[in-house]
Amino acid sequence: MIKVRNLKKHFGPKVAVNGISFTVERGEVLGFLGPNGAGKSTSMRMITGFIPPTEGEITIGTHDIMENPIEAKKLIGYLPENAPSYADMSVHGFLSFVGELRGLSGDALKRAVGRVVEMCFLEGVLHQSVETLSKGFRHRTCFAQSIIHDPEVLILDEPTDGLDPNQKHEIRTLIRRMGEKKAIIFSTHILEEVDAVCSRAIIIDRGTIVANGTPAELRQRSDMAGAVTLRLHEVSAQAVKSRIDSVSAVERSIIVSESPVVLRAFPRKNGSGDELAQALGDLALRERWHLQELRSEEGRLDEVFRNITLGDSDTALRNGAAAAKKEEAK
Amino acid sequence: MKNILTIAKREVSGYFSSPVAFVVIVIFLILSGFFTFMVGGLFERGEANLIAFFAWHPWLYLFLVPAVGMGTWSEERRLGTIELLLTLPITPWQAIVGKFLASWVVVGLALVLTFPVIMTVNYLGSPDNGVILASYIGSFLLAGAYLAITSVTSAITRSQVVSFLLSVVILLFLIIAGFPPVTNLLVSWAPNWLVEAVASFSVMTHFEAIQKGVLDSRDILYFLSVIGFSLFTTGVIIRAHRAG
Repeated sequence: MIKVRNLKKHFGPKVAVNGISFTVERGEVLGFLGPNGAGKSTSMRMITGFIPPTEGEITIGTHDIMENPIEAKKLIGYLPENAPSYADMSVHGFLSFVGELRGLSGDALKRAVGRVVEMCFLEGVLHQSVETLSKGFRHRTCFAQSIIHDPEVLILDEPTDGLDPNQKHEIRTLIRRMGEKKAIIFSTHILEEVDAVCSRAIIIDRGTIVANGTPAELRQRSDMAGAVTLRLHEVSAQAVKSRIDSVSAVERSIIVSESPVVLRAFPRKNGSGDELAQALGDLALRERWHLQELRSEEGRLDEVFRNITLGDSDTALRNGAAAAKKEEAK
Repeated sequence: MKNILTIAKREVSGYFSSPVAFVVIVIFLILSGFFTFMVGGLFERGEANLIAFFAWHPWLYLFLVPAVGMGTWSEERRLGTIELLLTLPITPWQAIVGKFLASWVVVGLALVLTFPVIMTVNYLGSPDNGVILASYIGSFLLAGAYLAITSVTSAITRSQVVSFLLSVVILLFLIIAGFPPVTNLLVSWAPNWLVEAVASFSVMTHFEAIQKGVLDSRDILYFLSVIGFSLFTTGVIIRAHRAG
């Protein structure tokens, strides 16, 4: 549904987006990650046709956003960053206004407003003016306008920003549910959201894509991925470490804490985490350690995120090139 | 067309849900009454016409029209709603024209509410109501031209104050372009055609002609082209902002 090819945006001498490419199909929820100023919002603004790209192509459905903006925009629902809305209007007035410009009228408009009001829990504030609403309600009002025409493509710029945990949960559930039938892109700073909602995630840094994969794939890139953590009772950490290091599946191990005794062993480059866990389990049995916990680590997204986006620019570029190649191969 | 109306409708209700429209209309009515009767001396003149009323309009509009139009685009930009508006399936022109029409309606309403002066002169004497009608049309066109120019300054900045001040300066220039202070600046060195050209830019030249009851197509064309050109410029500025 969404095809982006070699998208670039320059603001004067500053390069905000430097050649990103990806596709999102119906039924996919793509998470856009990246530090502040990485080019996430700029990319979304180009995809929704708000700002023209310096270079590159964007296709929504079958329409090019530059050549056929009206048709392309009809397919898109967009929640801009900070969820702007007309402060002087009532929630109902605002949703009707957007609905009308989306080509809805009469009964269809009434039904559409009713539907999104229910989905976004806005019944209680329907006739209140937007400026009197709390941030959470304002956010949901703007979210409601983005889905009023039941769009096939949904672009959400930080849809859970500034919401309380319950509201975040509601919005995530909503996105996941809609993601079954739509093509959705959403940006976020909250990594747990990626796990909760996305079928795939892209990490953008300094205007380029530095990672692209399912949340599980991304986690695999973490150093922690496949590591095994042990917690033991009534032994010396040093003694355990020397035994663990002698196991062939172990690349290296570290002492996480002395008391309680917690150690972490990392697998060899091409070894699997399962093998390592098994080997360490056997070792513990043989040594008759009082094992209190033995846990395989899945890898952590925040660590991957940090590694990728804090790495020197060379690595970032290399990763970007690799991700681009992978995308092309698809 | 439908989109233009939808946008215009929203803008008009926006004007009336804030005090802006009311304040502007009330001030316009009070000031135009004051200038017409107290300063212009409508009664003392002993003439059955509204020259004392319309002559003040270019000056009253100088401050009141920018107050109406200053937020047109600057507020959209400040609040970020421009991103919402321009990603809807509408063309920027529909938004520009819709917003312009809405502000024109507000000023038009202020103008309509001055009807008591027509009743007054008709009660006191027998004025040429054709001339009065022409003057009203001229005044409305004048307000439209002012509003279109304010639309340009409003697109330039996020600040309503900056937009307001820029409009006032530009409009002031357009008012006095035909007056000696400006023409004298040019007359000593500029060729005659340039002096004429600058003077013909003045809204006063065209407005005064219409006030006499002559709806000359050239004067109407002048106002319409100021409106057209300004709205076009607004579009260019908005596009330039988006392009970054």
